[in-house]
Amino acid sequence: MLNPFRIAKRLRAIGLTGIGQRNAEFVLMYNQRRNYPRVDDKLITKKLALAAGLPVPQLYAVVREEHEIEELHEKLRGRESFVVKPAHGSGGDGILVITGRRGDRYRRSNGALLAREEFDHHISNMLSGLFSLGGQPDHALVEYCVQFDPIFDNVSYKGVPDIRIISFLGYPVMSMIRLPTRMSDGKANLHQGAIGVGIDIPTGITRRGVWGREIIREHPDTESTIVGLEIPHWDELLMIAARCYELVELGYVGVDIVLDKDLGPLILELNARPGLAIQMANGNGLLHRLRRVQELEQQGTLSRDPAERVAFSKANFPTL
Amino acid sequence: MKKTQLYLLALVIAAIGLGAFYYKWRVLNFPIRATEQTELWEVQARVQFQARKGPNKVTLQIPRDPPGYDVIDEKFVARNYGMNIVPGKRTRAVQWQYRSARGNQALYYRATVYRDQHPADYIDPPPLPAKPGVYEEPYLTARTTVLESVRERSVDSASFAGELIRSLAEPAGDGNVALLMERVKSLEQRAHLAKSLLADRQISARVIHGLPLTQTDATVSLMPFLQVWDGEAQRWDTISADNGVEGWPEEMFLWSISQKPVLEVEGNPRARLEFAVQSTLDDALEVAKARLEAKDKNLVAYSLLNLPLQTQDVYRILLMMPIGAFLMLLLRNVVGIKTFGTFMPVLVALAFRETRLLPGVILFLTVVSLGLLVRFYLERLRLLLVPRLTAVLILVVFLMAMVSVVSNKLGIDQGLSIALFPIVIMTMTIERMSIAWEERGAAFALKEGIGTLIVAILAYLVMSVDWLEHVIFVFPELLLVLFALTLLIGRYSGYRISELFRFRALATDPVEPVPPKAG
Repeated sequence: MLNPFRIAKRLRAIGLTGIGQRNAEFVLMYNQRRNYPRVDDKLITKKLALAAGLPVPQLYAVVREEHEIEELHEKLRGRESFVVKPAHGSGGDGILVITGRRGDRYRRSNGALLAREEFDHHISNMLSGLFSLGGQPDHALVEYCVQFDPIFDNVSYKGVPDIRIISFLGYPVMSMIRLPTRMSDGKANLHQGAIGVGIDIPTGITRRGVWGREIIREHPDTESTIVGLEIPHWDELLMIAARCYELVELGYVGVDIVLDKDLGPLILELNARPGLAIQMANGNGLLHRLRRVQELEQQGTLSRDPAERVAFSKANFPTL
Repeated sequence: MKKTQLYLLALVIAAIGLGAFYYKWRVLNFPIRATEQTELWEVQARVQFQARKGPNKVTLQIPRDPPGYDVIDEKFVARNYGMNIVPGKRTRAVQWQYRSARGNQALYYRATVYRDQHPADYIDPPPLPAKPGVYEEPYLTARTTVLESVRERSVDSASFAGELIRSLAEPAGDGNVALLMERVKSLEQRAHLAKSLLADRQISARVIHGLPLTQTDATVSLMPFLQVWDGEAQRWDTISADNGVEGWPEEMFLWSISQKPVLEVEGNPRARLEFAVQSTLDDALEVAKARLEAKDKNLVAYSLLNLPLQTQDVYRILLMMPIGAFLMLLLRNVVGIKTFGTFMPVLVALAFRETRLLPGVILFLTVVSLGLLVRFYLERLRLLLVPRLTAVLILVVFLMAMVSVVSNKLGIDQGLSIALFPIVIMTMTIERMSIAWEERGAAFALKEGIGTLIVAILAYLVMSVDWLEHVIFVFPELLLVLFALTLLIGRYSGYRISELFRFRALATDPVEPVPPKAG
């Protein structure tokens, strides 16, 4: 099928939301600019989540100035594994996952050893704003490295798989799990080559995945099936996504959650402009579901109770 | 509701822009093409006479807002003479005075005239009723007979006057006409005779003068025209004094409607008046500007056309930037091409303007790839961000200097045409590209880099279209139309062309999509 008009017609039928529509009708309309720092600065997100009693990875240290990098090694002396990330990073850029040490050097999650000065340089780049939106000076967060749930061992190549749930006005409308591959270098980022696998909202069971522009059913590295996996703690995950609406007061938000084998779900970050690949992963468009919530909005029957919203989503938004 | 408001706003803005454009184009005749030429006529009246002792006073009737023409410039050349303009009712005269003139005198009036076909913008008041003169025999009988025979062949005052002129033109066949025409030698006198004959029948008539603008570089003379008052239509009907044809010829330039002699030199009936006309072609933009200035000085004073030439050149480029930006908007938001930064491609396109396209692209690719190599090496030295950027900038300047020197040696001059501006742009491009390279991988960086280059080349091609540059500079209000279009695209929420490709797999997925059921 190559006729662009037929493609467009078909995509409209399944309710695929394009980037223009996402921006014009959802991000611009439902996300107030002044609330953006709550999600763009991961430190603020973390503080808000802690205040609201939502689970987040424990914060070990914050580096704001160049000279604090030296002290950081001292602070991290007792830690075997941790994650360094820019507070204003986007799309997983600049995140450094350290899983061990060897003498003075740090071992990254992909097995490579990182000399101390390379580690320092990376953080210095972070502070200069190399990874932040718009390049403004940034600070670096050092936090707990998630010990991810072994259920995903067969379907991820190194790195941490995470679960993205899009919450519209507090209703979880669509979700996927992102699995790192050899191509993505252990990062759970779709445009770097990670797999997105759509999750059925009512059941928490994976349906089908997307890798690049290809629709797949097996993990390209491990050949294990990615269809029919049951996500543990599913109701809890949905509840977290629903409660994030009150947390940051953004109508259209993507919630990224990881599953820790001991601590359960932890919020990694929130995103005010979540990507559209989730539709590919689900094989479903977002638009019909978003319109359904907009109907509630027009009727004035939006619920203020997260549990009620989750119940509505579970009843209405199955991934076929 | 918000969308209607937006559409309305866009419509109003576009209408204002198009309206101003249309007015300037059609009414003020601003040229739509850069090379457009306009025909101009140089009209010269030369007064020649032998000065007599004592004060000499010369009065020459000159044009005043002639219908169908614009006088965009006029000059009075008369050495030592005092000059003043005497305005009359719909007429104008120049008066020259000199107390101690001696010998042969030559005075000039020159006007630059542009044909714009504008109608007369005044309504003539009805003239006083004509008074018949008193005549002796045999003239009285001859006049009555001629008028009677003309009356037979006419229906109204205009055709009456036309027939009269025609019978006066052929005195041979009719004794009465021959008698009246005895002392009439010139067209001028014939027109005045017709006027006095019409007065016998209480028809108001006047003699006016026009200058035919048909032959260039020609010595021409004023043509008298007879005008009779049409009491019903409340206007003057014009009849040629030569052949009685009704109507004012289009190529005729109305010199004056004054009933006084066109030239009066006090106490000097032998003064001569000669006319010369010459047609020239001039830059249409200059003419439009001059005409506008003649009409209303402020309109030009507050336009780009009055800026110093260097500033005008800057604006010629500056006004093209919105065009490039708009193209980029289309390519990014409707097509979906990815570029570095938002306006980087437009800036690169501007840089190409300085270097021309092909040398620009080659130079750009060379300097950016060399810069990238250096940048990767600097990365290994673990420099901080700002020092690294500075180092790259210094090296880019060096690279450009080297390219210039080498190309000069090889005899290519394009390498030399380097301005300050491209250096900054290239440095920024190198830095952005290397960050993308490290963070998102080579494929991503190259994709965005190529996207940037493609958009820049397209923007350059559009921005260097000469007629577009001319049109936007002469009609900057067209940018309002662009503004309105931008507002409309600002709410475009359809698919981008690249998205159709990106999500194509979804369209072929066998799973039948079912929208969630309502309720």
